[in-house]
This record gives sequence, structure tokens and C-alpha cells, in this order.
Amino acid sequence: MNPQERKQDDNQIDTYRRRLLGGGAALAGAATLGPGVFFTSVARAKPDDQPVSSEVRWGFLIDTNKCADNCNDCVTACEKENGWGSGSADEQHSRPDQKAQWIRKVTVRDKRTDHSMSLPMMCQHCAHPPCVDVCPTGASMKRADGIVLVDKHICIGCRYCMMACPYKARSFVHEDLEHQREYAPRGKGTVESCNLCVHRVDKDEIPACAEACEEKAILFGNLNDANSEIARRLASEPSTEIRGDLRLDLGVRYQGI
Amino acid sequence: MKPTTFREISGTSAGYYSLLGLLALLVASGLGAAYYMEHNGHWVTGMNNQIVWGMPHVFAVFLIVAASGALNVASMASVFGKTAYKPLSRLSGLLAITLLVGGLTVLVLDLGRPDRLIVAMTYYNFKSIFAWNIILYNGFLVIVAAYLFTMMSRAANKHSTKAGFVAFLWRLTLTTGTGSIFGFIVARQAYDAAIMAPMFIVFSFAFGLAIFLLVLFAGFRWTGRPLGDYLVNRLQRLLGLFVAASLFFVVVFHLTNLYATEHHEVEHFILAGNNVYSGLFWVGYVLLGSLAPLAICYLAPFRASVGWATTASVLVIGGGLAMMYVIIIGGQAFPLQLFPGMEVSSSFNDGVINPYNPSVPEILLGIGGFSLALAMAMVAIKIMRFLPLSLSNAETDPHFTAEER
Amino acid sequence: MKESRHTRQGFWAAALIFALFSLPVMAGAPVPDIPEAVKGDQCVEETGFMRKNHMELLLHQRDETMHRGIRTKKHSLKNCFTCHVVKDAGGQPVTVKSPKHFCRECHDYAAVQIDCFQCHTSVPGGHKTTGEKL
Repeated sequence: MNPQERKQDDNQIDTYRRRLLGGGAALAGAATLGPGVFFTSVARAKPDDQPVSSEVRWGFLIDTNKCADNCNDCVTACEKENGWGSGSADEQHSRPDQKAQWIRKVTVRDKRTDHSMSLPMMCQHCAHPPCVDVCPTGASMKRADGIVLVDKHICIGCRYCMMACPYKARSFVHEDLEHQREYAPRGKGTVESCNLCVHRVDKDEIPACAEACEEKAILFGNLNDANSEIARRLASEPSTEIRGDLRLDLGVRYQGI
Repeated sequence: MKPTTFREISGTSAGYYSLLGLLALLVASGLGAAYYMEHNGHWVTGMNNQIVWGMPHVFAVFLIVAASGALNVASMASVFGKTAYKPLSRLSGLLAITLLVGGLTVLVLDLGRPDRLIVAMTYYNFKSIFAWNIILYNGFLVIVAAYLFTMMSRAANKHSTKAGFVAFLWRLTLTTGTGSIFGFIVARQAYDAAIMAPMFIVFSFAFGLAIFLLVLFAGFRWTGRPLGDYLVNRLQRLLGLFVAASLFFVVVFHLTNLYATEHHEVEHFILAGNNVYSGLFWVGYVLLGSLAPLAICYLAPFRASVGWATTASVLVIGGGLAMMYVIIIGGQAFPLQLFPGMEVSSSFNDGVINPYNPSVPEILLGIGGFSLALAMAMVAIKIMRFLPLSLSNAETDPHFTAEER
Repeated sequence: MKESRHTRQGFWAAALIFALFSLPVMAGAPVPDIPEAVKGDQCVEETGFMRKNHMELLLHQRDETMHRGIRTKKHSLKNCFTCHVVKDAGGQPVTVKSPKHFCRECHDYAAVQIDCFQCHTSVPGGHKTTGEKL
């Protein structure tokens, strides 16, 4: 895209933003008529021709107390959904330390007390993502609704985002692939990571890992909607961010750590 | 002092063509290695999802840092008024350009998608220090080329001092940018330190001068041009000063880290680990790359000797590469601290020291970039007037003309 | 007049270039064998427009979908394959590995490299399971 086109696009975004704000005002008006109208309107799936909105922020609340040590269901579900690891016949040449992992189970043990626990680890969908800051081309990006993605069309494969991510959430594709899912493109020489199953979220479905967890340890929802289950639980129960000292304002929060 | 006469080297000897042929062969094998890596994908390299930057980056960062440092000799003359270095300014500017081109070539050829170089040039994220570096590198090439033009064209010569000043400021910014690639990484224990920017600037002084000296000595010895001990002595002491300054920054960097408890583990890993990084740090960088050249540059028996200055330069280059390896690879080998103080394990190498075995193609690519820089310089001094005819004491020592310093 | 001379020169240059490029056709060189769409008789835009501008539409749609989550079907790559699919003897859709693939027919002919399929699947619906061999 040349700069002029980009500028046009920005203008377009402004137009959309105005339209959205206008809509927001109308909704706010509706909210005065009846409680709950505002929130249900925003949380409903957006039409295909509408852009995602920053009034929504998607996230996870993960309860490690419910997460079993030897259970790998969320990982397997992600592999199957997005076509990596055991979900794909590709990556035959790559060594284990070169294969992609969008989500992984991490065992954490306190050396002093010997207490240990297990938890799923993936892209934390930061509000201030270091990967987005460092990306030279803007391929590493955050959508308005808080989902952090790689635009593989303009990723040059420099791997600076992998250096910058505090969570080791990203993988580099080390070889040619040919068995991609229709909705989950991935390919050699580009970086990838958990995209919060953006193709499902846009259809008003929940991410594959959250759906697969029988213990309901992974709760998905809109952090900005005070009426959503995730927001209500976050308001009433304690939760923490991993490496919260970095102040990245994560979209994924944990309980029991 | 007399005005310096610059002259092309004849470049017709068997030695010249053999050396150029050797360099061309190394460049070709580097390109072949890059093609092999890109065609197959990075699985053929030692790099992985933990060590994402490997041997190519060690060479590339070294060359880029050295490029800005190579310009220093010219800056000494134009910005700091050390006229003795004036005859060296042209070669200094030339090496600054060729070393940068060599380093960038390596960096670009290692990208996952080198075919998208045009994307890197057209899409900019201005918060990224990498994006800034792309502008800084391109700007550097243009500014140094302009600076060379003012030095070599009689008509533009009056602008030479101004151009030299701009080039000096630009190269300081450039190396700050290179150091900040690591300095701005908050996630990793081994990086995330503002001191990395000035540390890289001082590294650049030493690495750049070391390469400059090797090229200068080779060029003069093999063309039989006179090189007086006055200049050799000064350059040798200057190299010593830069090496000492580098060592000082390294000491301060590690002392600062050692003071903070949270950094004890990573410091132990780099400085006292039973691993290649501690070995490269102490033997490669401190002993051979710093203390040995310091002794050569300052102790009386080694003074004003082209042979010893050459030895010191080779040691500084080797030590510099060792230091880059420790910083770049060692910094990634140390595990990320997801849960500080806790023991972490997973299927994705969490909590373990990440292994890295550099592969042959990666090393060939790095050496190819080095060779490209030297080959370009060799060709340039043959077709244009970069090298002075003489650097005898009569040409360089102000006391020869009874002029006051 | 200077300008008219330029115009005349331009005309002859254009004529020469046209003649040169027509040579292969006149000589009976192969032309791309564009596969018929499997359904419908009208593309999402007029055929001539699509031949010339499909890349612009795809590029625009790509940025809209990636950056703003707009998922309209009309100009999406996915939608191309609902009609433009080539099947092999066994009735299976061919991947971009086959020179018969819809995109490759013209792109091979014009020697214009596309890298869509380094990441995107080249068959309708993509690969649903662990990777059946195609």
C-alpha cells in the first residue's frame, strides 16, 4: 500500500470511528430506556461488513486450580483447529525446538515449598504488546478488540518480535507448509502465534481451547462488558497477570498462581 | 605539512587477483549458503524458536557496529582537528560504507522472507527501533558517500568539514540505534539496559579501527608505499584507548547487573557458567580481545610496529566477535523468567538453557558478508583515489616541518 | 512542432511494441487455457475488470480483513475457490502444485509469481484434518 492509499485508509477508519461513536451515543440513549440494552448490543456478533470495535476487549480468565497436570486437551484442540503440531502433517523436517507451538502446558514449581501447578501458556494479548512495538513493518499488530495478530502478508521474518515477547508465545515457521486450514493461513519464513481463534471470535464462537476444556478452566469473554461472566468474576475474585511487573495490561489473567 | 597525494593502486599483481579471487569465492559460498537456507527454510540452520538470532546476526551486528567505527578516523581529522589522520579520511569513509553493506547483506539474507525487502522499505512502524535503523543505515550510506565526495572533489572540498560533522553525528545515532536493538528488550534478563547504546558506540570505535588498520597496513605493505612509524605509533595507541574504553563499559555493565539480585542468575550464567559463553567472555573477549591488545598497544617493546599493531587488530576483531556471540546468543540461551524464582518446565523449552549449535551455512553467510565488505574496498582502492601515495613521517609528523602541534 | 513529432514517434514505438508482442500469438504460441468456473455464469465483478484488477481487490480485502476484521465474502480469496476450482481425474480439487490450478494457468503464462499459497491453502475448504495427501 502506498502512503497515499494508507492515508485514505486512515480517513476511512476515521469515518468508521465517527459512525461507531454515533452508534455508541444512540446505544447510550437506549441504555437509559432499559438497563442491559447497551451491553447486549455491543456483545452481539458484529456484521461481516463492520470493523471490530475497541469497545470490546477479548480475553481469557484461566483458573489453574481446575487445570490438571497431565491434561493436554486445550493444546490438542488448538492443534486440530489451527493445523499445527499433531493437527498437521507438515513440519516434518523441523527439529522439536523448531516446531511451532501456539499454546503449551507449563509446569511451575516453587523451589522452596515444592508446591507445583500446571497451566496453559499462550499469547497474552497485551494491551501494550512489546512485539507490536518492535516490529519494523507493522506486521505484528493489535486489533481494535485487543487481539494481537501477525499480518503474515507484510511479515519479513526478522524475528525481532520473538526476541521481545516476554512469554515466548511466538514461533517461526522453519519450512514449507502445504496443509493449512482455510481460515488459519501460516507459512515458511513468517512468525505466528495464538490469535485467540480470531476466525471463530468474529463468528461469535469461543476459541477452540476454551471450548475443549472439560474442567471449564478457560473462560473466554469481553473484558469491557461489565455484565459478561468474565468481567463479573474478575470483579469479584482475585486474579493475576504473568510478569505483571512489566505492566503490559494482559488480556489473559490467571487464578491460583 | 604537504598536501597529501592520493593515487589508485595498480592492482595488477598476481597477489591482488588471488586475494580478490579468494574473497569472491567466499562471497559466492555465502550467497550459496543463503540460498540453501531460504530454499529449505531455517530448519537447516542451528537456529530455532528459542535462539531466534544466530551466527548471521553475530557477524551482521559486528560488521554494522564496525562500519560506524571505521568512520572514526575521518571524524578524528574533521571533527576533532587531528590533522595527522587527515590523509586516512578517504579510506575511513570507504570502509564505513563497505562494512555496512556487508553487514546489511548478511542481515537481509537471513530474513525469513528476504524477497520482501521492498516491504521493509515501504511499511514503517515508527515505534520500532528496527524501522529507525533501516532509515539510519540508508541515511548513513548517503551521508558518507556525500562526505567522500566533498573530500575527493576539489569543487566540493570546502564543505568537507561540515559533511564530516554531519556524518559524525549520524554515526553516533546509528550505533545508538544498533545498541538499542538489545537495550530496549524489556523481556530478557541479559538485555534491557540503557548502557548498551553507549557500550556499542565504544565497541564500534575499537572494532572499526581494528579493521581499518588491517586494511591500511595490507594496502601499504603490498603496494610498497611508505608508512612512517609516527602514524603507526599514534594509531596503535588510539586502538589501545578504544579497547580500554570498551572494557570499562563491559565492566560497568556487569557490575551494575551484579548489584541487583534479580540479575544474579543471568550474570552467573554469562560470567561463571560451565558453558561456551563464559569461556568466550573471559578467554575470548577479556584476555585475548582486550588485555592482550592493550599490552601490545601500550608496552614499549611492541610500540610503533606494524606487525604488532596487526596482531592487536586481529585480536580485537576476534574478541569483538566473541563478545557479540556472548551478547546475542548467550542472552537468548538464558531462559526467559516467566515466573521469577520458580522452576518452570514445558514442551517448549521453558526454564532450560537453550542449546545452540551454529550450522555451516550460517557461518558461511557471515564470512561471506565480511568478504563482501573487503572485496568492495579492494576494488574501490584500485579504481579510485582512496589511498595516499605516502604516509612517511615527513607526510604525517608535524614536527618534520617544525610546525607546532 | 516538437510535441507532434514526439506523438508520432510514440505512435510508431507503440506499434512496434504491439507487433513484437503479437508475434507469438500469430506464430501459434500457446495461450493460457483458462478453466471454466464450476458454477455461475458471472464473476463477482465483470470478467474483463477481474482479469485486470483482481489483485487490487484481493489486496484491499486482505488489509480490511486482517486489520479491521471485515469478513465480507464477495472479494475474498476464499470466495474465488467457490467457483474457480479445477478437479483432477479422481474428482479431487488440484492444489497449486499442479500447473492446472486456476491461478497458475495465467500466472505461469504471464510469469508473474504469486506468494498467496505459501500461507493460504490453494483448495476450497482447505485441509480439514491432520493432512491427507493430495
